Amino acid sequence: MATPSKAVPQPTPDTQPYWDGAANGELRIQRCRDCSRPYFYPRPICPKCHSTNVEWFTASGRATLYSYSINHRPAPGFADDAPYAIAVVQLDEGPRMMANIVGIENTPENLILDMPLKVTFEKRGDVMLPQFTPAGEE
Amino acid sequence: MAISSQGVAIVGAAETDKVGKLPDHSTLQLHLEGALNAMADAGLTPADIDGIATVANPGPVQIAHSLGIEPAWMDGTAVGGTSFLLHVRHAAAAIKAGYATTVLITHGESGRSRVGAPPRPMEPASMQGQFEMPYGPLGPPTTFTIPMLRYMKEYGLTHEQLAYVAVAQRKWAAANPRAMFRDPLTVQDVFDSRMIAYPFHLLECCLVTDGGGALIVTSADRAKDFPKPPVHILGTGEAMDSWMISQMEDFTSSKGFRQSSRAAFAQAGITHADVDHVMIYDAFAHVPIYGLEDMGFVGRGEAGAFIAEGRTEPGGELPLNTNGGGLSYTHTGMYGMFLIQESVRQLRGEAAAQVPGVEVGVALGNGGMFATSGTLVLGSHT
Repeated sequence: MATPSKAVPQPTPDTQPYWDGAANGELRIQRCRDCSRPYFYPRPICPKCHSTNVEWFTASGRATLYSYSINHRPAPGFADDAPYAIAVVQLDEGPRMMANIVGIENTPENLILDMPLKVTFEKRGDVMLPQFTPAGEE
Repeated sequence: MAISSQGVAIVGAAETDKVGKLPDHSTLQLHLEGALNAMADAGLTPADIDGIATVANPGPVQIAHSLGIEPAWMDGTAVGGTSFLLHVRHAAAAIKAGYATTVLITHGESGRSRVGAPPRPMEPASMQGQFEMPYGPLGPPTTFTIPMLRYMKEYGLTHEQLAYVAVAQRKWAAANPRAMFRDPLTVQDVFDSRMIAYPFHLLECCLVTDGGGALIVTSADRAKDFPKPPVHILGTGEAMDSWMISQMEDFTSSKGFRQSSRAAFAQAGITHADVDHVMIYDAFAHVPIYGLEDMGFVGRGEAGAFIAEGRTEPGGELPLNTNGGGLSYTHTGMYGMFLIQESVRQLRGEAAAQVPGVEVGVALGNGGMFATSGTLVLGSHT
């Protein structure tokens, strides 16, 4: 029996700039040109002021660890990773997104809320998937 | 103080003959058994029903057709486990509008045995498929739980307090012969159960069971025509937050819980002091903590201590989840129907763990992972 593989995201026209950015090593999200507020996930309208005058930009890739759970029952393809954290990170620009925390053993002792993180990219199928890793002393 | 009524009442309510492990029942059978039991409870037949509401799949058409009902009004609202609370709200509006006189609301779910159950699709091009599924969540235990560590950091809630939610509800379950788990539980027992998704142990996660139930809703002025005392719909509310847990607005509070409850309390004209009995959707041990705070029964960060002090368990001032809840009684997947069933039993005075003198009850339902919310304020009189 084939080893199950991890879920691969399938880009759609509205999200293509995000995945194109990731393929170039950039974390690209949207912001409103009218109220200047950044937002995520991709959509054609500012969720705060409802302007459709929005644009894509490259975020700093810096974030902090907002919250997480540590999953002991692995999803397909994740057996070698378990237990692993399913985290939500807060980008320095404000929006939050889900990620794994890579490059560090995922234990409660290691994963301290609000610790600084930086984006990294993992090849997943045909796309590059944004992930986060401890930013360390910089 | 003037409690107001919507002029609509629940006049029939029943669950399936059994809840738990029912591999001999399909999803459809569970719906129909609940429906037949609720109609019997109200002394009605399908010929008396002219409105139908249930979650899509099987959906209102299949349920109505299977029972030989020809509805003039149907509602397939399917926004997760709270949907049935929304069905009650929508049915009340439909009855007041004259679209229907007598509405049947059904739930049936082969959550454990998965007999004739709908598939659980994971579309890789959906927003969740693109922005959450690649990170390895595996169902509600791994996503519904994510906000909790943030809450614990903000308010200092302890692991012991989280575990105690399961302990308190087990005390209610001990008095309910239909509950799946009835043996006494300690905080240490919870800690000794296996870790599912830190910080949640197995006993801080709901059961996965088979079962169903149904309700009959009609105008209150017909209430004298039915064998059981009516349960009046005093106030209702519905609201939503984000369908993706990563986009939940505030990880320490449910916007949906706040908004739907504020609306329901205001419509009913009640204050918290009027409430005798509370049901809060407990898919996981933290949800009642959020619910008590978001409904305003306690202040921010106070619910963990409130429960750990015994104030929601038998003998406490605010009886909560008196059937044992999703943690100890039953949890089919879309648990909301069971919140309403226990509220009705308490208001009729026929619950297994009956609280004396319940006149006003509140039920708070959750759908998805803090995605949707429904609140019902129910009363034994208007």
